[in-house]
Amino acid sequence: MKKVIMGNHALSYGAMLSRVQVISAYPITPQTQVVELLSEMCASKVLDAQFIKVESEHSAMAALIGASLAGARTFTATSAQGLALMHELLHWASGARLPIVMGNINRAMAPGWSIWSDQNDSLSQRDTGWMQFYCANNQEVLDSVIQAYKLAERFFIPAMIILDAFSLSHTYEVVDIPDQALVDAYLPPFKPAFRLTPDEPHAFGGLTSPDHYFELRYKLQKAMEKVPEAVEETGREYEKLFGRYLGAVEAHCLDDAEIILVTSGTAGSTARVAVDQLREKGLAVGNLRIRLFRPFPFDLVRRLLGRAKKVAVVDRNISYGHHGIFYQEIKSALYGFSSIPIFGFIAGLGGRDITPETFAEIIDYTLNHDVPEAEIVWIGVKK
Amino acid sequence: MKGKRKKAEKIIFHSEREMPMAPMSIGSMTFNLTGAWRNIRPVIDLDNCLQCGICWKFCPDAAILIENEYPVVDYDYCKGCGLCAEECPAKCITMEEEIK
Repeated sequence: MKKVIMGNHALSYGAMLSRVQVISAYPITPQTQVVELLSEMCASKVLDAQFIKVESEHSAMAALIGASLAGARTFTATSAQGLALMHELLHWASGARLPIVMGNINRAMAPGWSIWSDQNDSLSQRDTGWMQFYCANNQEVLDSVIQAYKLAERFFIPAMIILDAFSLSHTYEVVDIPDQALVDAYLPPFKPAFRLTPDEPHAFGGLTSPDHYFELRYKLQKAMEKVPEAVEETGREYEKLFGRYLGAVEAHCLDDAEIILVTSGTAGSTARVAVDQLREKGLAVGNLRIRLFRPFPFDLVRRLLGRAKKVAVVDRNISYGHHGIFYQEIKSALYGFSSIPIFGFIAGLGGRDITPETFAEIIDYTLNHDVPEAEIVWIGVKK
Repeated sequence: MKGKRKKAEKIIFHSEREMPMAPMSIGSMTFNLTGAWRNIRPVIDLDNCLQCGICWKFCPDAAILIENEYPVVDYDYCKGCGLCAEECPAKCITMEEEIK
């Protein structure tokens, strides 16, 4: 059934179709309508789930950790400052190998207070052991939730579905809401590998000596390394049932591209439009949108960027005192594999619009420089 | 509560493959004889014991057992906290210094 819904509600419908059993959320700013609709679904019995109202995002994640450990399929959503408050528990969820799925709306971090988009909130959680998917449209948001449970419950790694504030979260688009029966066929009920139950008592998350801690982390990393290939596999399986494919990256016009833009989120779909416009002018440009950021799809990125003459990475984020974060990642992925110049652009912080003209400016700079003049090329700063 | 606990064997992993994926207990900790932490030990004067079971009930380490209807301290696990002596209504438990 096709419906016109906002990105926030695409997350809610994704959770509903995944038959989540426990939802926990803190309902105040910076929360969005994601959990508002889910609470209505619970109240009207459309969704048979426990909705736990808590006093902070820290507690929201703590409640899900307990529920997931008891064997429930769990969901929450947050944004910006709320995600930051959850930070400690993000480590706890991944360290305990709990397949929790969470929606995060990319809102810029305060101060100054912002409800507009940039990626510093979720990228600050890069090293917490969560999978991260950056979405470009509302259909992708819904599909990603369902696929995330499939992956999370296979590898016992939590997953974050990330969407830009406003340009996805509050933007209405046509979304195909798949049949429940079809989703049930794709996503069977959660089968925990270990569980908090009186029938088989265990203590979880207790003191772990240096004899064992190291190996637990090794196992988490080894599981993470299997994810990029599994994303492609899961995506193809999804395509068979639903007719839509989502992989770790989205490649647009890469085959003969001399300059490849590397983008993420909604900027990635704007870049696609910009590429088409620039191609009409005869420029051999392409766009590689990174959907899976953690674990990082090294093999795909190396293969797809390898043939370009220049790469222009566009970051809606910054690691202060370093560079754009995707720029660091792309440089690190290509190190030892390719010596093509890589340009790092920062644009759109705090919700400043990223338009096709932004990309035209970025391509223009890249065309006219053999190497970047600095590690950060700022786009759109009022100087 | 009757008789001493069977001491478990310590589980030793030789490879990460033998380990569970999550940090969780998969055996008993009874191999760890925590009585070695004790500085003072409870000594029960059974002549004055009322057999009320309060020491057994209060022991936070379950290190007091009831044998033949009287309390017996399991010194393998008693950490010497003194709760039993404090709670005993007949004051028949005294805490004595451990002498090495």
